[in-house]
Amino acid sequence: MFLDVQGIDVRYGRNHAVKSVDLTLDEREIVTVLGANGAGKSSLLKAILGSEKSTGTVFFDGVDISGWSAPRRVNAGLVMVPEARQIFVSLTVHENLQMGAYCRSDDVGAEIDAIYDRFPNLAARREMLASILSGGEQQMLAISRAMLAKPRLMMLDEPSLGLSPIMVKQLFALIEDLNRDGLTILLIEQNTHMALQSADRGYVLELGDVVLSGDAKTLQEDSRLGEAYLGTH
Amino acid sequence: MSGYMEAQLIILCLSIIYAYGIFLPAASGQLNLGAAGFITLGAYASAWFNAGTGAELPMWLSIMLAMVFTGVIAFAISFPILRTRGVYMVLATFAFAEVVSGIAINLEFVGGASGFPVDDHADVTVIVPVTILVILFSFYFMSTRLGLALRSIHDDESVATLFGVNVRTAKVVAFTVGAMLMSLGGSLYGHHYNYIEAQTFNVLLSIYILLYVLMGGTQTAWGPLIGAAFFAIVPETLREIAESAGLKWLAEGRFMMFGAFIVLLMVFRPEGVMTRTLQNRLGSGLFRQKKVVSDDAGGGS
Repeated sequence: MFLDVQGIDVRYGRNHAVKSVDLTLDEREIVTVLGANGAGKSSLLKAILGSEKSTGTVFFDGVDISGWSAPRRVNAGLVMVPEARQIFVSLTVHENLQMGAYCRSDDVGAEIDAIYDRFPNLAARREMLASILSGGEQQMLAISRAMLAKPRLMMLDEPSLGLSPIMVKQLFALIEDLNRDGLTILLIEQNTHMALQSADRGYVLELGDVVLSGDAKTLQEDSRLGEAYLGTH
Repeated sequence: MSGYMEAQLIILCLSIIYAYGIFLPAASGQLNLGAAGFITLGAYASAWFNAGTGAELPMWLSIMLAMVFTGVIAFAISFPILRTRGVYMVLATFAFAEVVSGIAINLEFVGGASGFPVDDHADVTVIVPVTILVILFSFYFMSTRLGLALRSIHDDESVATLFGVNVRTAKVVAFTVGAMLMSLGGSLYGHHYNYIEAQTFNVLLSIYILLYVLMGGTQTAWGPLIGAAFFAIVPETLREIAESAGLKWLAEGRFMMFGAFIVLLMVFRPEGVMTRTLQNRLGSGLFRQKKVVSDDAGGGS
């Protein structure tokens, strides 16, 4: 098991956001976590990354990392693309990429060049403030920035949010591309349809509980998936 | 150089040093209204090391020891203070400065309320080079990996964490190094005027210094330089021009105009005069060179 999450609990005061969730991920898999607003998806990701206080156990590549700080987990290869892209708006495009490599001590010049080759729009704006980028460009920057952190597991928090349908397609093509190159991906989405098309397996969260999980194809046909969103029982 | 010009230059230099002391933490979003406290610590500690201990340490050593002393105190108080943010941090740092002032006034071995004479003299040939060093150091500091981290914290603390920035450590370092710069400025103040009293370093001074930095802009290391230069030069120059032109109303009302200008600046350009965008637009040779340096430091380290 590449990532093995056992009994993760997240509380904000009296709000029990994630209730003893179990989740596993094999190497080179795309797994998606689905659910409506407030289902606890983002809290679960942050707990896995260690940027949110939680109880429970997280094994990464066989090692118990539950007690590790967030920077240490980033160093180990757990990297997150945060919700709503959240690039650093008062830093330049180039500085945003440098921030991605913040934890690394080796030379990343060649990797940054490769990113500029892949996304010419970013290359043309490398010295400009990242705030001027379009939504799609910002998402490409956010993913590129995460790639520079040398991820072994990349976690994306609702990457399709606020993007045009064409950009969403490009985005999922990019995610599948990265996966083919060997990257393991944990994807949080509200766009159930697109996510289940790309993913191998999926989990459905409702009010902090896993109510449904399994093969992506099976989930797509399960009528209970809609219920988790609409809250009808 | 005339005595008047020299006096103005000293004020400008000290303002610049103080401003960088506030700028370093401000670059990560910290609002520090405790400048007077750190300046007081620096001024008194250096004066005391220099003449009060009986050991008669040389001036440069006294100044450095004062910086270390201030740094240790700043490091210690940074932990409770950095738990606060925004206006609460303003209040916490202000309270710290008041406490320092209160202690200094009541310490008899540094003169108490009657002030403390300072032995060794630092003239313009000391203060100007030190100021230039402080400016160069600040530019270098902001071009390092830590400088980049501070700016990313200013933007979004939680995302900075996602990329492995230790937010607490970065903030503590910026706060402490800033305090040491202000200590340096305070020591130089004491050694230049050869007399200090705690009341000189009051909350008005703290407010002015924070204003230099916020008006100049916290996005680039040019900001505090521009802010301090503007505040130190413009009101004086305005007075001179007004007096030589016989405009008495302008000479007397210049602070009112200056105040109105500050309000306008806050309304129309809250991010300060010097921004990243403006720096890019000004892209002259000097600015370009700076950028190359920062790229190397970030990518290579």
